[in-house]
Amino acid sequence: MQPKPYSSPYVMGVLLGLILLASFFITGQGLGASGAFQRAIVAVEKSISPEHVNQNSYLAHYGGGKENPLANYLIFQIIGVFVGGLISGVMSGRFRVEINHGPQITDRQRWLFAIIGGAFFGFGSKLARGCTSGVALTGGASLSLGSWATMMAIFAGAYATAYFVRRLWI
Amino acid sequence: MFAPLAVIGEWKDGIVWLISFILGVGWGFVLESAGFGNSRKLALQFYLRDLTVFKTMFSAIATAMAGIIFLSAFGWLDLESMFINPTYLWPGIIGGLIMGVGFAVGGYCPGTSMVGLATLKVDAAFYLTGILFGIFVFGEIAPLIDSFFNGKYSGFMGRATLPQFIGLSAGVVGFFVILMALGGFWGAEWLERRFGKSAHRSA
Repeated sequence: MQPKPYSSPYVMGVLLGLILLASFFITGQGLGASGAFQRAIVAVEKSISPEHVNQNSYLAHYGGGKENPLANYLIFQIIGVFVGGLISGVMSGRFRVEINHGPQITDRQRWLFAIIGGAFFGFGSKLARGCTSGVALTGGASLSLGSWATMMAIFAGAYATAYFVRRLWI
Repeated sequence: MFAPLAVIGEWKDGIVWLISFILGVGWGFVLESAGFGNSRKLALQFYLRDLTVFKTMFSAIATAMAGIIFLSAFGWLDLESMFINPTYLWPGIIGGLIMGVGFAVGGYCPGTSMVGLATLKVDAAFYLTGILFGIFVFGEIAPLIDSFFNGKYSGFMGRATLPQFIGLSAGVVGFFVILMALGGFWGAEWLERRFGKSAHRSA
């Protein structure tokens, strides 16, 4: 099956905005992705050593004592994201094995840089208390001052780095 | 005021989780439909060749923001009961810069990598592995950098908002955000016409 063209970014953006608004209106919270990953990590650490989680004030906030780190709306939301992406991918013919990168690097190089990039993003997202979803999008819509600062910093960091890693993509 | 519905109505966790799942499905569907499962498409924004991310993100921010402003002006949505991201200025900015490096190097962000994984993009699986590692490392060192993350060097400002900071009403700031977004869309279309071609040639 030939993949269908992507939908209009403006239409998808308005839909995404309505989903975010519905989330605020119904649950009082926005969207978030990195928070779910944080909770998954704490759950794994807790299963290995509950003492370790209890002794670290940051981890204990998510899973200290009897607190189940996975009992949180973000976990259900991110499972939904996976399911929604899967449905759209299957419907549009884009559900297929691919490794996307620029023509000048190999698949293996892409894998290496994907891990490095992910590690930076993961670390930074926790320092800033959320990622492009939980801070830039959610905090952007609620006009949080800090979220706008973080959003600008994300794009500043990315555009400043882009020149040096252009071989990866173009 | 009757919203946020779950907060005012004191709904049970299970119902909130079910709704969060459904909203997540919509969110993932929209991200994939816009093309966010493809890391290269995302990364090409940083070379001004494909500004889908900017267009989608600012359409979403403008829509949700306008909705929040109107619903609270109608007296339906209680902003005090709604989550507004607290401002910790310095870790927010440094964390943002680090995320930016990760975005340019890795192509995805956390939410989009989930959509990439769902549509069998192998690089998304590697990226997610990296994210989990980065979050793990942060969790281990967080207590050591507490004065920067939480304490006196964090630039904590509570529930500070852009309208408070600038000293204008939310409606006026919202109006300018929408004007800025519209101007940005016009600029994004122009940039894609200017730089977009070479991307399609090598795609």
